[in-house]
Amino acid sequence: MDLIASHITHRFGDLAVLDDISFTVSAGEVVAVVGPSGCGKSTLLSILGGLLQPTSGAPELRGAPPADSLNPLTFVFQDFALLPWATVEENVEFPLLHTQLSAAQRRALVEDALRRTGLTDFRQTYPKQLSGGMRQRVGISRALAVKPAILLMDEPLSALDSQTRELLMEDFVRLLADGGMGAVYVTHNLEEAARLADRIVVLSRRPGRIREVVPVPMTRAARGEITAREKLLDLQNQIWSLIRNEAIDAEREVQHA
Amino acid sequence: MLDRAGLPAKDETTRRVHFRGAGFVPASSRFGGWIALALVIAIWQAAGSTKLVNPLFLPAPSAIARAIYQLAVSGALWQHVSASLLRIGIGWLLGTAAGVAVGFAIGLSRLARSVGITFISALFPIPKIALLPLLILWLGIGEEPKIATIALGVFFSTAISVYSGVDAVPRNLIRMAQSFNVPFVTIVRKVIWPGALPAVLAGFRITASVALLLVVSAEMIGAQYGIGAFVLQAGNLMQTDQLLAGVVILSVFGLAVGKVIGWLEIRLLHWR
Repeated sequence: MDLIASHITHRFGDLAVLDDISFTVSAGEVVAVVGPSGCGKSTLLSILGGLLQPTSGAPELRGAPPADSLNPLTFVFQDFALLPWATVEENVEFPLLHTQLSAAQRRALVEDALRRTGLTDFRQTYPKQLSGGMRQRVGISRALAVKPAILLMDEPLSALDSQTRELLMEDFVRLLADGGMGAVYVTHNLEEAARLADRIVVLSRRPGRIREVVPVPMTRAARGEITAREKLLDLQNQIWSLIRNEAIDAEREVQHA
Repeated sequence: MLDRAGLPAKDETTRRVHFRGAGFVPASSRFGGWIALALVIAIWQAAGSTKLVNPLFLPAPSAIARAIYQLAVSGALWQHVSASLLRIGIGWLLGTAAGVAVGFAIGLSRLARSVGITFISALFPIPKIALLPLLILWLGIGEEPKIATIALGVFFSTAISVYSGVDAVPRNLIRMAQSFNVPFVTIVRKVIWPGALPAVLAGFRITASVALLLVVSAEMIGAQYGIGAFVLQAGNLMQTDQLLAGVVILSVFGLAVGKVIGWLEIRLLHWR
């Protein structure tokens, strides 16, 4: 199943946020969206996932989702969006409750999702008892439980410290390794984009337009090698030079709230 | 040479950094409150026993305890307390049920919000006891107008705390549920209800005291039995020991309700 952004334009009142964004995420492909802050990255993701109605244009799907997918487009949120009154296990089961699955089938899916994110021993704990990294693992586990075709990840690591971020990035590499799942990965962190994406969509400052689509010419597995570091840094620098001036402008902008 | 991270030599004079972080962390000690209470009662009792205070104006604690005991033995205590409890119980339940329903409607529906908030803003500030004469005209002089007064008082506070609670449920949790295609009813049951529960329980604390206030006022205006009627009667007969016995019972009732709600909060909100 492919996800297509088709001429998406969005305005909040008078403020033009996105201007004619079009690209395609093919099955199993990881596309990162980067850009200066305030360029509408998160807005774009909400639109792609059907949580926000664009002013014009539309997100579209091509081809059937995998047969066992319960929620083909599944979000992983920056703030984790966990139910604080539910245990880890209950949080992961939450998106399954309204499905036709039997209790045993639900349990099996939850079990598998917890195992893949290393949360099996934490199933009875509450979110407030967990560190930020473990909380986001619960968010990822919940997403995996519904067998997504494409993960929509909205700055999933930006609320975490740099060591935790590194560990979770390794998790992402592992989870995306078999190509069964695609992803749209919104981030302001160029290193994350270069480590995870097959292609990087670079947006301009408001209104967000596509400045460039940069392919990452390496397999994800190869990027873990020491020798790949330099190439990835070159790539990051190349993208940074595209957005640096606009990032400065974005940073100096006075808010008219 | 190991310079111990630049520690000063023995003969160097140094000044210690002045500690300025003290205070502003009040901790309540376990027995302090009880000791203070016992002390006040002891002084009060001493003042009464030594006839320092006229017992007509302020009877000693022992006299109040005796009055409560006599009321209990004669059966009058139960007669008054049960009459009040029945009114509070029915009035509170009716007002709470309606308040929760209307509060959720206002929290969830645009139409209910625009209509409901207008009416609630207009009617909430009215002291509900002022409506008692009207309610007596409508409903007769039996239990109904008293119960209706309590229900009205409880209704508005409950509706307000419930819709504020619904408004306070983080929108990101609702978006999350929508992103998994969770149906409306399940979102209400599994996200909005538990999210609003802290505010709902906090509202219960307020409505319990509103109900107590209104039952006493209503019983003072017109009732044969009930703690309010009893306190008023005792006052008219200058039986201050009986009067204060009634007040102590009201205080105990208020404390008991507070304990029950505290227990509910521990049971239902343990995740906080």
